[in-house]
Amino acid sequence: MLTLRCPYCGAMCDETELSPGGEAHLKRRGPGSSDGDFEEYLFMRENPMGVHFERWRHAMGCGKWFHAARCASTNEVFGTYAAQTTEPPKEIREAVSHGRPGWIWRNFR
Amino acid sequence: MSGRLARGGRLIDRSKRLEFSFNGHPMSGFAGDTLASALLANGRTLVGRSFKYHRPRGIVASGPEEPNALLGLGDGADFEPNQRATTTELTAGMEARSQNHWPSLEFDVGGINSALSKLLTAGFYYKMFIHPRPFWKHVYEPLIRRAAGLGAAPKAPDASRYEHFHAHVDVLVVGGGVAGLMAARSAAARGATVMVIEQTAHWGGRASVDGGVIDGDPPEAWVERTVAELSGMPNARMRVRCMGAGVYDHGYALACETVADHVRTEAPRHRLWKIRARRIIVATGAIERPLVFAGNDLPGVMLASAVRDYAVNWGVSAGDRTVVVANNDDAYRTALTLKDVGMEVAAVIDVRSGAEGPLPVAAREKGIPVHVGRAVAEAKGRGKVERVAVCGTAGDGSALDEIACDVVAMSGGWSPAAHLWSHCGGRLAWDEEAACFRPDAAKPPTGADGKGFVLAAGAANGEGLLASALADGAEAGNAASGDVPGGNNGEVGSTGLAPRRNESAAEYSGATSGGAPGSSGSEYRNDPGGDVRGGEGAEDGNAESGPRDGGGPSGTGAGNAANDVFGGGGGAAGHGGDESRGSLGPPEAEAPEEKAARPIWIMPEGAKRSLREKAWLDYQNDVKVSDVQLAAREGYDAVEHAKRYTTLGMATDQGKLGNVNGLAVLSLASGRSIPRTGTTTFRPPYAPISMGSIAGEARGGTFQPIRRTPMHDWHGANGADWEPVGQWRRPYAYVRPGESVGDAVAREVSGVREKVGILDASTLGKIVVKGEDAGRFLDMLYTNKMSSLKVGRCRYGLMCTENGFLFDDGVVARTGEDEFLCHTTSGGADRVHAHMEEWLQTEWWDWKVWVVNATEQFAQIAVAGPDAGEVLRNLGGMDVSEEALPFMAWADGQLAGIPVRVFRISFSGELSYEIAVKANMGRALWDACLAAGGEFGIAPYGTEALHVLRAEKGFIMIGDETDGTVIPQDLGLDWAVSKKKDDFLGKRAQERPWMRDGSRWRLVGLETVDGSVLPDGAHAVGEGWNANGQRHMIGRVTSTYHSPTLGRGIALGLVERGPERMGETLEFPKVKGGSVKAKIVPPTFFDPEGEKQIVRPERAGRTPPSRKPEGATPGVAVALRGEVYEGLCAVRDLGPVGMVAVRGDLSEGALAEAAAELTGVDFPGPLRCGFSGRAGLAWMSPDELLVIVDYAGAADAVKKLRGALKDKHALVLDMSDARSMISLEGEAARDVLAKLTPADVSPGALPVGAFRRSRLAQAPAGFWMREAGVAEVVVFRSVSRYAFDVLRLAAHPEGSVGHHA
Repeated sequence: MLTLRCPYCGAMCDETELSPGGEAHLKRRGPGSSDGDFEEYLFMRENPMGVHFERWRHAMGCGKWFHAARCASTNEVFGTYAAQTTEPPKEIREAVSHGRPGWIWRNFR
Repeated sequence: MSGRLARGGRLIDRSKRLEFSFNGHPMSGFAGDTLASALLANGRTLVGRSFKYHRPRGIVASGPEEPNALLGLGDGADFEPNQRATTTELTAGMEARSQNHWPSLEFDVGGINSALSKLLTAGFYYKMFIHPRPFWKHVYEPLIRRAAGLGAAPKAPDASRYEHFHAHVDVLVVGGGVAGLMAARSAAARGATVMVIEQTAHWGGRASVDGGVIDGDPPEAWVERTVAELSGMPNARMRVRCMGAGVYDHGYALACETVADHVRTEAPRHRLWKIRARRIIVATGAIERPLVFAGNDLPGVMLASAVRDYAVNWGVSAGDRTVVVANNDDAYRTALTLKDVGMEVAAVIDVRSGAEGPLPVAAREKGIPVHVGRAVAEAKGRGKVERVAVCGTAGDGSALDEIACDVVAMSGGWSPAAHLWSHCGGRLAWDEEAACFRPDAAKPPTGADGKGFVLAAGAANGEGLLASALADGAEAGNAASGDVPGGNNGEVGSTGLAPRRNESAAEYSGATSGGAPGSSGSEYRNDPGGDVRGGEGAEDGNAESGPRDGGGPSGTGAGNAANDVFGGGGGAAGHGGDESRGSLGPPEAEAPEEKAARPIWIMPEGAKRSLREKAWLDYQNDVKVSDVQLAAREGYDAVEHAKRYTTLGMATDQGKLGNVNGLAVLSLASGRSIPRTGTTTFRPPYAPISMGSIAGEARGGTFQPIRRTPMHDWHGANGADWEPVGQWRRPYAYVRPGESVGDAVAREVSGVREKVGILDASTLGKIVVKGEDAGRFLDMLYTNKMSSLKVGRCRYGLMCTENGFLFDDGVVARTGEDEFLCHTTSGGADRVHAHMEEWLQTEWWDWKVWVVNATEQFAQIAVAGPDAGEVLRNLGGMDVSEEALPFMAWADGQLAGIPVRVFRISFSGELSYEIAVKANMGRALWDACLAAGGEFGIAPYGTEALHVLRAEKGFIMIGDETDGTVIPQDLGLDWAVSKKKDDFLGKRAQERPWMRDGSRWRLVGLETVDGSVLPDGAHAVGEGWNANGQRHMIGRVTSTYHSPTLGRGIALGLVERGPERMGETLEFPKVKGGSVKAKIVPPTFFDPEGEKQIVRPERAGRTPPSRKPEGATPGVAVALRGEVYEGLCAVRDLGPVGMVAVRGDLSEGALAEAAAELTGVDFPGPLRCGFSGRAGLAWMSPDELLVIVDYAGAADAVKKLRGALKDKHALVLDMSDARSMISLEGEAARDVLAKLTPADVSPGALPVGAFRRSRLAQAPAGFWMREAGVAEVVVFRSVSRYAFDVLRLAAHPEGSVGHHA
């Protein structure tokens, strides 16, 4: 039963107030994309035993989608941040580096 | 035989006699007794039969570790099986029954299993009952199930009430023994909010029984003082009869409180606490281990600690003549205690070669014979212990002597109760010296901040001696409160909003300084370096280190083993001493020194086979030493394998007594050390909790929210046969007296086709989409083009997922140049709304679009049938002619004096008007329609008639024709999929080869050759067989009905190359043999030209248009009509309230100005609200404001706000009818809320002026404290009945909690 702080309203949320949204920072592939890219976008997902970047929605609250950097094996939370970004912001990456030196997730490190 | 002593019993009140019965025999006990102590007091030693061998079993223990004394309690709706006599408090009139025997407890036929025990070894079932295969399911398993097992399942529904309570504290202390109390006091003195829970009804744990001196007094006196002190602290909460059941991620803990067990009362029987704690201190004590000798399961063989518990706590002797068998000094306390109360101790048998500690010396001085270097070869007797055979410690068990006795008090040492430490990943380390697994302080369970959040203290941490337990508790309390980081991830990457962390502590400690009961606490608060409340210091390394890092690196020194749990790996520099942080040191304590124990896992160590086959490890599941040894021999020598092969530790006691002995035996058998053998996983709950407590209020009428439309009550009163649609309840049909449901559906269909029908369509989703990019946005969401729709017109649209599959459909109306109203399916409104928000927030966040789910603001009524136009004309007020309101157009106006929006859309193929009206006027319009349609024979129709009508027209239904694998093209809806648009959600996916493959199953109509109705879901079979040897499937039925219009069965289905096979006949096998033949036809069965949905000219002029209605304007009807419930607090529906939703840039000055003018309230910041009289403002989200005004003033407020935001990107909507407001008035308001919401509602977290959106049980809600003692709650209109009901249950006068008192 996780708790995450919604970066929009600032509320500390119980997991039951949130709905999960899967992996963060997917790049949408639309018409004209190659089969490989489209498959990647639609189906291929990370499944790390370690740092993961994921989407949550503060569904029973302000309704905002946000991102969380969380260790999938210990549930350590390195931070939550706004959804309006295509990659983890610098301070989040630094926080992750602080807790998990040498981490790699997709192309981010 | 066992019985009540003439004197003593610190927990019983001999002046209060309680009558009860066991297996029908009347017995009596005293107030304060447990059922177990009362049974022993009545001479009852035999209390049950074992699971597998049906061996006679007696009470072994005095706490939750008891494996044998599981009884059935109560009767009928109050019956509950498998209740532990040792943890059940005796109540007057209690009816207890023993289990698992036939015909009686004393003579059990199943006892033959015991004689056959040589055959019934571990793995016996698996080996024996494997052939012939079908016999397992039909013969063996049913027989075994009947023979083995515990109590019978109750037959009647549980009559008791249950509830939840959400608590948020800095430090949760589980266990109210001296270590737990010490930890709680230390943490509380430092200003942390502390909750300490104790599973029994009494504080102090074992110390009061085991004795010693604390601060010059007996432990009991110190316990009393400390409890009084804690009770007086505003930041401490104490709760007895509250068992810590489980520890989960991020400081979440479950505890089950027994409020009113086994008594008839309106109070909740159990209360499940859902606790969020920043740190959890596990001070759960230790559990004594049995010794493993032959006959150790005979009634009369008990734990040594239990024997003295019964004597000291309840004044009960377990028997007349006791032999103590031990490997340690502690067990001598039992001998001494028994001697003190005048009972005979025949001997102490000690496996050690010498016993020279103070306790053995005292025993000898009292004349108790002590035999060292000796063991018990076997306990003997028929149905109970009569004597023990004594042997050497190491030999094969040849008896040297026999001693007569009727009690054997055994002690094999103590195992720390580390369950809660382990639940969330805390590791254990084998302590060779103490011969036990104890929490490994270097590997605690870690929380959101990556640091350990559980600390073990006292005996649970392996510190069982009085002084060390107190010291350990004090350290744990200091450490837990010294590193209260406040919030787990608020520091990083958030929006810079001031984290509202730990305000509750701030408030509590602030209150403390006013009249602080603990001087050390106030002293501490003067120290600026010791701000336990502050998150501010949490990023500072020193602050993180906590006061316990003065000690060495982790794992050194037993007493300090937990020091570095939060110490940053031991490398962090210490800062100051404990004293400078205001730590509370432990009191002076003394207890007799105890010499080292000598582990002995099988007694005697060389026990011969005949003894090992009678030496029990797990009493409840009947696992013996020989079984574990057999498992090891057969290759199941991994601990998790051995557990499952033998069922060791898999009973309801979860191996509390037997596990360590079992794995030690496994370790001996496999030749691996105990730490290498390891333990099985500890899983919650610590001890069984009731299913009712897990359900809480979620049962019966409040099992889940039932959403009700404004016309719900009318439907109920008019024969509605309900159908669940999502959480909505919709009338399936309105059944009249004498009709079957099928008759009613047929009548309703014909009524619509021939006359006119009326449908409550309020559940249809209604989502307002507004902004300059709204058209562009809808073009991406729908497969067809919406941006080209003209204002005033409607268009049917399809929505697909990115995978290309159809997931919702509905009619979109363009309501303005930059505004659309999107109708969704009934079950789909929330999903579609969330889908829209997701794409707007996470992909196209620069598009200027606002979305509001206005579903509940409007009731919607469909009037359909040839006479629909007449009905509207009778209502009067609007021109609804073909010219004024053509098909697929909408218009605003009035009907019967009620403001409405009328859509000319049809889901039935008939002339149809869907009339949207404010929800609070929905019922009034419904009644008006029925009155206006009376002359045409208007009748309501339900969802089934709706489905038949649409199927006759070949209209698809989401969820029938679609199942998440169907694309619009499969359904012949290519016309609604734009080929011109560059992109829309699902377009790329629909370009994949398989989506364009001609052999996909596609929509057709199916007409049975014999006119019958095809079975729903039936598959059509084609030629040949597939790779699995099954018939080749070529299609399936998706919708199937009897069409009253056509007088035959009709169906829609998906068939391979369907549209190319018109006229072919397919075969659909039935489940129970036979098959149905059906012909492939076009899916539109009725009126394929669509002529019926046109206004018939010959009727157009029959009644004058725009007739003004007579009489006054009908009144507003809110959902709850001002209902009030007086309980712990008053629960009051506040009636109609004006609520205007504003979506836009909240920093817009014009908005703040207009809002302030309307309400007289300053613009609120995040998570804040403000009120002035009934008017107020609440911050809903970074781009949503709720403006609260008079109900009558809502329209004016909308006008003013729209005016203020005229040229801005904003959406202002009257949502007054979509919501209900309920107030909770009284001191218990916070407690009542806390029973239902996981949000922190303590005064620190939810002060007056704070606003929180969360959930109320299972429904979304917003709430705030209007003033001290008055909370207000806003919920959606449709769930207001549910919300009121769960609040009423929570406010039940018998359910007082006092947590926020």
